[in-house]
This record gives sequence, C-alpha cells and structure tokens, in this order.
Amino acid sequence: MSGNTRAAIGFGVVAAALLSVGLGQSWSVSLAVLNLCLISAVMALGVNIQWGYAGLFNVGTMAFAALGGLAAVLVSQPPVHEAVAAGGARLLIAAGVACLTAGVVWLACRRLPAGALRTAAVAVAAVVGYFSASAFFNPAVEAIEAVDSSSTGYLGGLGLPIVISWAVGGLFAAGAAWAIGRVALGLRADYFAIATLGISEIVIAVLKNEDWLARGVKNVTGLDRPVPYEIGLQRAEWFQDLVRALHRDSLAGLTETESAALLRQLVIEASGIFVKLCYAGLFAAVLLVVLLLSERALRSPWGRMMRAIRDNETAAEALGKDVYRRHMQVFVLGSAVVGVAGAMLVTLDGQFTPTSYIPLRFTFLIWVMVIIGGSGNNLGAVLGGFIVWLSWIEAEPLALWAVEGLTAAMTPDDPLRVHLVEAAAHVRPILMGVILLLVMRFAPRGVVPETVGGQRRLAP
Amino acid sequence: MGVDVVNAMVLLANFVVVPALAYGSQLALGALGITLVYGILRFANFSHGDLMAFGTMVVILLTWQLQAWNIGLGLLPTALLALPLGIAATIAVGLAADRAVFRFYRLRRSAPVVLAIASVGVMFVLNGVVRVVIGPDDRSFSDGARYLINAREFKSLTGLAEGLTIRTSQVLTLALAVIAVAALFWFLRRTRAGKAMRAYSDNEDLALLSGVEPDRVVLLTWAIAASLAAIAGTLYGLDKSFQPFTYFQLLLPMFAAAIVGGIGQPHGAIAGGFLVAFSEIALTYPYKKFLGYLLPDDVRPAGLLQLLSTDYKLSVSFVILVVVLLWRPTGLFRGRIA
Repeated sequence: MSGNTRAAIGFGVVAAALLSVGLGQSWSVSLAVLNLCLISAVMALGVNIQWGYAGLFNVGTMAFAALGGLAAVLVSQPPVHEAVAAGGARLLIAAGVACLTAGVVWLACRRLPAGALRTAAVAVAAVVGYFSASAFFNPAVEAIEAVDSSSTGYLGGLGLPIVISWAVGGLFAAGAAWAIGRVALGLRADYFAIATLGISEIVIAVLKNEDWLARGVKNVTGLDRPVPYEIGLQRAEWFQDLVRALHRDSLAGLTETESAALLRQLVIEASGIFVKLCYAGLFAAVLLVVLLLSERALRSPWGRMMRAIRDNETAAEALGKDVYRRHMQVFVLGSAVVGVAGAMLVTLDGQFTPTSYIPLRFTFLIWVMVIIGGSGNNLGAVLGGFIVWLSWIEAEPLALWAVEGLTAAMTPDDPLRVHLVEAAAHVRPILMGVILLLVMRFAPRGVVPETVGGQRRLAP
Repeated sequence: MGVDVVNAMVLLANFVVVPALAYGSQLALGALGITLVYGILRFANFSHGDLMAFGTMVVILLTWQLQAWNIGLGLLPTALLALPLGIAATIAVGLAADRAVFRFYRLRRSAPVVLAIASVGVMFVLNGVVRVVIGPDDRSFSDGARYLINAREFKSLTGLAEGLTIRTSQVLTLALAVIAVAALFWFLRRTRAGKAMRAYSDNEDLALLSGVEPDRVVLLTWAIAASLAAIAGTLYGLDKSFQPFTYFQLLLPMFAAAIVGGIGQPHGAIAGGFLVAFSEIALTYPYKKFLGYLLPDDVRPAGLLQLLSTDYKLSVSFVILVVVLLWRPTGLFRGRIA
C-alpha cells in the first residue's frame, strides 16, 4: 500500500470519527475537537521538522507553545498606560543594564586569554550587572504590579488584532530557539533532550511568576477574537435570515410564537457552530500553508541535505555540510511553527493560563503524534496530530462509559465504583503510552511512512 | 559577637545544610539509578521519575493497610515496614518493562535515542497507572515521631536565639542512603556479579568475550536501579509529600546530578546529587537574617538577600548542568563519552 493510500484511509477514518462524534454527541463538540486537531497538527509539523527531518530530540516543545501564547497576550491586549508610566522606563534601563552586562561578559570571553584574569573579569561583571539590573528591575516590577492588580497589574500589550500574534508567536519561539540552540545544540542527543526539557520548565516558571509580563498565575482572560462573537451573530439580521433559510422546513407550519421560539434556539445553536467553523477555516488555512511550505522544503536540496545529516552525521560533515548551522536552522524553524500553533491555541481558548502548560500534554503528546503519524512524513505528522488528539480527547468519555458499563451491577456509592469513575480520566496517559509503544515496535515508520524518491524507506 | 556567630551557623544549618543533606541523598539515590541504566543499558531513561512514583505508591498503599491493622514501628515511620515489598514490586515493574519494551531494542542494537523515546512510552504508562490507582492528589503517609530535635527543645537546651529542627525523616534519609550506597559500592567492587556489571559498562564486547552473561547483567541493573528508585521515592515522600507530578519533575535535577557527576559513574551521581541539592537550596535561601548576625548593625542589608526566588528552583539544576557541560563536558568524574 502506498503512503498516499494509507494517508487517505487514515484521514477517512478520522473524518468518520469526527462525523460520528457530531451525530452521537453534538456538532459543537465535533467542531471543537476538529479545531484542536488542526492546532495539534500544526504543532506536530513543527516537531516533525526537528525530529523527522534532522533527528533532533527536542523535548521542550511546551516552552515554544507557551511563548506563542505569550505573544497572543502581548500583541492583542490593550496597553495599560498607567503601568507603563509607573515602571516602563526603569524596566527598559534594567534590560539595558542586562544587555550591557552580557556584552561585557561576551567581550571578556572573546578578548581576554583564558585564565584567572578572565574568570575574575567575568565574575565581577556578572555580579555588578546582576545587582545594578535588579536595583532598577525590582522597584519597576513592584510599581507595575501595584497598578490595579486585581484586573491588570501588568504592562498590557499593543492592542493589535490577535491574528498578528500568530506570526509574532512564531518569531518569539524562533528567537528563544536560537538562544537555546546556542547553548544546547552542541550537546549529544540525550543531553540535548534533558537540556530542552529543563529550559521548557524554566520558561513556564518565568511565565508563572513574572506577573508584570502576563499576570502570571492570575491568567489573562477575555482575549481579542479574530472571529465574530456569538451574541453579535444572534442579533445580526443576515444571520437570522440565514438560519431561517436553512431550517425552512422545520419552521414551516408552526404558529408565530412557536416558530419565533424555535428560531431563537436554532440561532443560538448555529451561532456557536458558525464561530467554530470560522476558527476551523483560519486554522486549516494556516495548516495548509505550513504543510505546503514544509513539503517544499523537504523535497528541496535543503531537505535532502537534512536527511543526509540525520542518517549519517559524520559522512555529511565529511562532505562539507555545516551540521551545527543546519541543526540550528531546523531547530529555529520547527520551534517557530510550534510557536504559531501555541498562539493559535491561546486565541481559540481566549485566555492565557500558564499553569495549563504541562509537559505530558504539550511536549510528549506532540511527540506521540509525530511518531505515530510517521516521522519524516509531513502528511503523516498531520494525520498523527488528528488521530492522537481524537483518541486523547475521546478516551475519557469512552473510559467513563466502559467503567459505568462494567460497574452497572454495583450500587452508585460503592467505593470501588466511585474510585473507578474518578480514575477514568487518567486512563488517557496509559492509552497513549501503549499506542506509542505498539507503533514503535510493530510499525516503527508510523502510519504513513517516510518516502524518499517515491520509495518507502527501509526500516533501519 | 561569639554567640552571634553560633546563632548564624545554627540558622544556616537549620535552613540550608540539614534540608540539603536530606534532599541531596534523595537525589543521589535517584541519580544512581539513572546513571546505572545509562552506563550499562546505554540510554537515558525518562521513566525513572515515574518508576519512583510507582514504588512510592506501592509503599503508601501498604502503609495505609498496616496503619489500619495498627501495625507500626513506634517512633519510626510505618513506611519502613512496607518498603521491602515496595522494592520488590518496583523491581517487578522494571523487569516487566525491560522484557516488554527495552529488550527488543537492545537486541536489535537500536540507537540510544530510540530507547529513550521508548522510555517516554513507559513513562506515560506508569504515570497513568499511578494516577489511576492512587489519584493525582497529594498523599501523606508519614507517621511515628516527627522530630528528632525540635526548635523549642534546642533553644532551651542551648540557650541560643536560633532553633535547630531535625526531622526523623531527614535522619532516616541520610542513614538509609548511606546503607544503600555502601551496599551498592561493596557489591560493585567486591562481588563477581558487580565486577561483571562494571566490565559490561566499560566495554560491552570485551565483557561478552570474557564470558559475562548479558541477561544477568541487565537483570541486576534493573533490580538495583528499581530498588534505589523505590527507596529514593519513599524517602522523598516521607520528607515532603507524595504527588505523582512532583516525581516527574524530579527527573530534571536527577538527570542533572547524574550528568554533572559524569554519567555512568556511581560516585559522580552521588557528588552531583549533593551539588544540585546544595545549590538549589543555597541559592534560594534569603540571607538577610544570617548576615544580620554577622554584620554590625549599621551595615545590615535592607533586602531579603535572596539570590533567586524559590519559584525558580528547577532552573538551578539546569544552569549547573549547562555550566558543567560547557566547562567539562564529561562531568566532574569523567563519565562515558561515546
């Protein structure tokens, strides 16, 4: 079976599953799942660029998704002028001092010969820089966080449309990836993994604790929307007409009051679905663009070079390829894609909650998507994103349903039954782990295996 | 002045030295398991944190049962009675994971990164099992005497202004860690099986040629790593509290400890564990009161003098990791380079 046939079957199964969710649960749920599937697919594409193309084992995906989310806040929220006036200047000075310190340390490392003098110079510069930067930073933060801390207490954003933040999120993630890559890319694969895992935890710690930036654990809610609000739609004349036209049959033959009541209910229902469809359209557009670009890159000489580096680093280096710089490129590109997806996710949620970023969900789950879908195959990564998100989200109701079926004979307050019902939610990681292990063992190339020159790659 | 110096030292001992010794021992025991698996089975085991959580969970369930039967150890925590069974269960899980997952890739000589990803799968499963069985919430299972020395007694005994608190769990941690490490080193250096393990770690092919039985080495490695994981997890749980997510987060400092010490080197893991623990606690401790005792009144500092907010504890182990890797890529005690 060729890769394309497998992909077609895979997407067919996913579509059928989404349809059955729509018919069985509700269309609103089905579309909500679809939206998250689309975002997951974009994230999986980002990880696939790093792992599938170049074999980089980056376990810090969570950090890049969170930075994308931060971009959504900083771009779309209205600025808090009072806070900027209170602490903005001192914050800038602190940043300047920090940059100056970094510059001095960098110069010292470059210009001075290695030895006691250099160590002393670096240490003095770092200590002086740390204390003088915090002399400006700490009071600035205090002043900013004091400004109406229950509703703002942070600098706010630029007040621009949130769609712009998708690009900015990519830039944030790319910048962070560049800085992280400078430190970590020289390391061996497993050290690199640990290092990225560590950095992602640090980024989340910063987002949780630096309230002046994005309110920390107090969360930023009520973000701007790129799509119309349900309330606005329900009041709009054209939307009511549209719903009336769509439901002409069921509205016919009712009395005036009955049809008005039914129409109101139908309009409310339809407005939710319409909003979700708008989101789906936007996300699908982004996914298509990223997918097409990734596919072009993979089929280009650049993509062939990346695969060569992945398959035999030493040989590629001997042929004059700059492995470090190529790794840096894919690391930055892949992270940027994850950042875009992170911004889209926060846009969809309408809120930025740093505590929601946990490695299981934002790092390892994305990895499972790529490996199950087929590392190195973009279409596979997208399909993996769809399959894994669907099973992740539907595992809980299915487990609950199974538990209730199994324990139907028990009394409702039987402790075992209560425990099992509570535990049903935690079946998800077990399911994911088992799927991951089974795919790795029995289909190591994933559902849609990587193709090279029209042929499937042989298993290693 | 003299009394002030003693007060300052007691303060430091109470808030930095004693907690760091206990935490360092827990990290060292965990890092030993990671380093053994890395040195002998040759992959970074991401499921080690959740293996610890699993062992601790078994101990907690048994402890609750023993408490219900009113069986205890008096002053010592009941968990000690449950520990041997917890160790056995953890070994069984480790061996089962090896048989079901890791063995396949080992025999095919897959790349270490493939084994590492497989360990992520095992991590998912163990994490889910722990949550299904005991739930994601905080669980407390310590009992017996809480303090060996408490602050008030210490103050009235010595007449100092500062108190010293030593919890039973801290002493127990140190004692058990010393016993476990001594036994491990004795085993690795003095017994035939231990020597076989070291030989296998140094050079697999040569060891196989010399008649070392690989299955036995693998079995022993998992048995030791899993026992250490169960002990470390239980001690951490007794000292602080048990929550599955915290155990996953311990993965980072434990890996940092193993790598900083030189991965594959048992004594390196111990040194690394204490280095990470002392840095974490020393960097997040506010020195205001400490310096207040030592400096004359007029130059007393105004701020808290906390170098790093406690929220950034996790970043300390990471920074140490990066600094050591840049400065000495093989770790403090020349670890495995290949």
